[in-house]
Amino acid sequence: MQLTEIRIAGFGGQGVILSAIVIGKAASVYEGGFATMTQSFGPEARGGACSAQCILSDAPILYPYVSRPDILVVMSQEAYAKFTPELKEHGILIVEEDLVRIGDLKPGVKVYSVPATRLAEELGKRMVLNIVMVGFFAAVTGLVDADALRKAVGDSVPPHFAELNLKAFDKGFEYGVAKVKATVEAGEVEFHAHAIPFAE
Amino acid sequence: MSEVDFECAECTNPVEPFLRSERMPHIWCPGCGIGTTVNCFTRALIDSKANLEKLVVVSGIGCTGRVAGYLKLDSFHTTHGRAIPFATGLKLANPKLTVVVYAGDGDLSAIGGNHLIHAARRNIDLKVICVNNLIYGMTGGQTAPTTPEHATTSTNPYGTFEPGFNLPHLVDAAGAVYVARWTTFHVRQVARSMQEAFKKKGFSFIEIISPCPTLYQRRNKMGDGLDAMKYYKQASKVKNGAPTGEVGLTKTGEIAVGKFVDRDRPDYRELMVHRFHESLGDEYVETGELVCS
Amino acid sequence: MKADPAGVLTGVHFLDGDHACCEGALAAGACFAAGYPITPSTEVVERFAARIPKVGGTFIQMEDELASSIAIQGAVWGGAKAFTVTSGPGFSLMMEHIGYAVMTETPCVFVNVQRGGPSTGLPTLPAQSDMMQARWGSHGDYEVIALCPNSPQECFDLTITAFNLSEKYRVPVMFMMDECVGHMTEKVIIPPAEQIEIEPRRKTHKPHDAYKPYECNGDGSLVPEMAHAGEGYKFHVTGLTHDERGYPAMTVAAQQKLVGRLRDKISKAADDLLLVEQDNTADADVVVVTYGITSRVAQRGIDSARAKGLKVGKLRLKIVWPFPDQLIKKLSQRAKAFVVPELNLGQISREVERAAGGVKTVCVPHAGGGVHRPEDILKAIQEASR
Repeated sequence: MQLTEIRIAGFGGQGVILSAIVIGKAASVYEGGFATMTQSFGPEARGGACSAQCILSDAPILYPYVSRPDILVVMSQEAYAKFTPELKEHGILIVEEDLVRIGDLKPGVKVYSVPATRLAEELGKRMVLNIVMVGFFAAVTGLVDADALRKAVGDSVPPHFAELNLKAFDKGFEYGVAKVKATVEAGEVEFHAHAIPFAE
Repeated sequence: MSEVDFECAECTNPVEPFLRSERMPHIWCPGCGIGTTVNCFTRALIDSKANLEKLVVVSGIGCTGRVAGYLKLDSFHTTHGRAIPFATGLKLANPKLTVVVYAGDGDLSAIGGNHLIHAARRNIDLKVICVNNLIYGMTGGQTAPTTPEHATTSTNPYGTFEPGFNLPHLVDAAGAVYVARWTTFHVRQVARSMQEAFKKKGFSFIEIISPCPTLYQRRNKMGDGLDAMKYYKQASKVKNGAPTGEVGLTKTGEIAVGKFVDRDRPDYRELMVHRFHESLGDEYVETGELVCS
Repeated sequence: MKADPAGVLTGVHFLDGDHACCEGALAAGACFAAGYPITPSTEVVERFAARIPKVGGTFIQMEDELASSIAIQGAVWGGAKAFTVTSGPGFSLMMEHIGYAVMTETPCVFVNVQRGGPSTGLPTLPAQSDMMQARWGSHGDYEVIALCPNSPQECFDLTITAFNLSEKYRVPVMFMMDECVGHMTEKVIIPPAEQIEIEPRRKTHKPHDAYKPYECNGDGSLVPEMAHAGEGYKFHVTGLTHDERGYPAMTVAAQQKLVGRLRDKISKAADDLLLVEQDNTADADVVVVTYGITSRVAQRGIDSARAKGLKVGKLRLKIVWPFPDQLIKKLSQRAKAFVVPELNLGQISREVERAAGGVKTVCVPHAGGGVHRPEDILKAIQEASR
C-alpha cells in the first residue's frame, strides 16, 4: 500500500478515535504494514467536533499529520463543513447519510454514504455506529483486509462487547459490498485507493 | 536488629548511642529547644524498644531539619517543605519501616502545608514531630504561619497582623488519627506521646512548642531559654481531648497541651490493598517491600 | 541481568507514545510512580495506575508536582525503581528535586511530554522547548542525562534505556518526549523479557561499619554504591554539600570534590553515553542535527534535498544530554554547515554551534504548536549548502 492519508471526524461520543485505532491496528499489527494515528485533544475532544487522523503505508511513516486526506470519513455536519475542503481531488468521502447533508464537492470526489446509525440501531446499540462505519469503509475502499479489521475490532473493544462490534462491522461491510456492486452495475468507475507521494 | 548497649560504661550520656557523636557539636543555639526534643525522642526509642534498623528519620530544611543528620539512624535531610512527600514514597515502597518526619513549623505548615494536609487526609502511616518555635530560625527570625499575632519578627518589624495557624486543628480537620501538643518543658509527656505515635498506625502529629531564644524570645523581649521554660510551665494547661478548634495559641496567653485526638481509621495502604482485592480479586499482586532488582 | 517477565507485555501492540513509555517503565522494573495530572503526559500514569496492581507495585497521585518529584526519591531509597511524569508547568515545579536527585545520587526517571510554553502555553500541542531546562533547570552546576524518542516504539525502548542509565550512573534521567510523539499511536513491538537487558541497582554489600555512602570503590568508577533504608547501614543522605560519609561539609574543598565528581561521572562517560543515528554523515556537506519528532519531519526535507543531488547527512540524537561534542567536532572537519530544526527558537542549535567551532550552523526555529513543514527544512538545507 502506498501512503494513504485518512481523516475520520464526527462529534464526541461517536467513537471516532476508536474507529481510527481499529483501522491503524489492522493495517500495522495484523497486516504488517505501517500506520500512524493521531487525534485532536483538548476541549474539542470532550464533545463537540472530534477528529482522528490515520496514515497507512507499506514503508515507515515520517510526517505524522494529515493535511490533505485521500479518504475522509465524516459522521457529523460540522465535521463535514470543517474538513471537506481539505479532501484531495479524486479523494473518497464516506458519510453517515442521516447526519450529513452533502453540498458542493471538488471535482472527482467519490462519495459513499451509509445510514450507520440506523444500522447500529438495528443491532440494538446505537453506540456501535463507528464500527459500522469501519466495516463500510473496508468494503468501499478495499484498503485494509477485512479479516485484519475484524481481529482489530475484536481486541480493541471490551471483551463482552466484542461480538456486538463484530456484528456491527459485518453489517457495515455487507452494506458497503452491496453499495459497490450497485455502483459498478450502474456503470460508474470503480475507485482504486491511490497514493499521493510527498510533494515538495 | 542493631544492639544498643544502654549500660555502656563509656557512655557519658544515655542519648549518646543514638547520636552521630562525630558530628558534635550541633548547630543549635544555647537555650534552643530542639535538642530537648531529641532527648525526648531517644528516650522514646529506648522505652519503646524500637527496632532501630527499621526506623527512619526524614526531615526538611531549617533548624529542626538538622535533627536527621545527628541521629544514628537511616536519615534523610530532604528539601524545604518536602519531608512528608519524601516520607510518603519511602513508606509506600517499604511498609516495614517506621517513618518519622522531624521538621519545623515553617517547613511543615508554610512551604510544606499542602503536603501536611494531604498526608493527613490520606492517613499515610507517618509519625510527624513538629518542633514549633513560632518563627523561622535558620534564616534569621522571619514570620512563620504559626507566629502569634503582634509578635515582632524581622519581616514584621512592627508586629505581625496576620492570623496564625492552629496546627492541631488543621491536622485534626484533615484527618490525622493522633494529635498531641506539648512544650519542651513537658519532657516526659513528649517522650510518652512519641511512644504512642510509634505504636499508632496512621498519620500522627505531635506539636512541641519550643523556644527560639536568639530570634523569637529576644526580639519579643521574652527573656532567654530559661524564661521560656518558666512561661511554658506557668501558661500550659493540660486539656486532653479538648476540641482542637479551641487550642489556638496567642503571644502570651494560655498554652493548651495534651493529647487532643486519638482515633482509628484505616491508613492509606490498608485502603489501597482492600480496594484492589475488591476490584481485582485474584489479579491483584499484593506487594510488601518494593525491592528493585 | 534480564527483565522480570511480570512487567513485560510481550507482543505486537498499537500504542501511543505515552502508553508505550509506561510499558517501557514496567519492563525496566519500575514498581513505583507518583504523578500529578497534566496534559499531555497524564496517559503515562493512567496506564501505570491500571497496570501496576496486576504487576506488583504502587502508584500514588500526589497533591502536586513538587510532591511527586520527591515521593519517587523516597521510594527509591526505600528500595523501588521509580519515576514521575509531567509536562511544562509541572516540569518547572520539579526543578528543585532534579537537583536533589543529582546531589544525593538518587537513580530515578523524570518523563516530560513537552508542550508549547512558556507558562500554560499550548497544553495539547507539541514543542521541544524544555531542552535547555532539562539540562540547566535546577540551580547549581551539574550534569544529567536526557533522551529524546521519535516514535512510540522508541518511547518503549528508550524508557528502558533511561532507567538503565539512571541506575548505572545514579543520576536523574530526563525522558524528553513531546506531545506529538506522546499522542501518536503506532505499532510497538515488545520483546520477551529474556531479550530485555536491565541494569541492576549499584547495591553495596559492604559490612555496615565499613560502608560510606558517598565513597567511590577504588575500582575507577565514580559512582558510589547504594544502600537502602532499613538494611542496618544507618546512613545519612542530604542535599547539602557532603563528604564521603554523607555528612554536611561546608568547605570549598568538599564542594569542589563533590560537584567535580558529580560532573565527571557523566562527562567522562561520554563514549558510553553516545546514542545517535547517523545517515550519510561521512561525506556530507550539510549535516542535519535533529532529535525527537522533528527528526521524522526533517527526514522528508533531507530526502528531498538528496533527490536534488545535495550531499546531506543526518545526525539524530537519541541522547541529547550529555551533548555529543566530540562527534559534532569530528563532523565539522568535513561538513560545510549544520542545520538544526527544532520546535523551539534555538536551543540545541546553540550547542551544535558551540561544538562546531566556527562551522556555519543554521537553526530552523519553530515556536511549537505543530511540527515543521518539510519544505522549510529543505529550504534551510539548500541555503546552508550554498
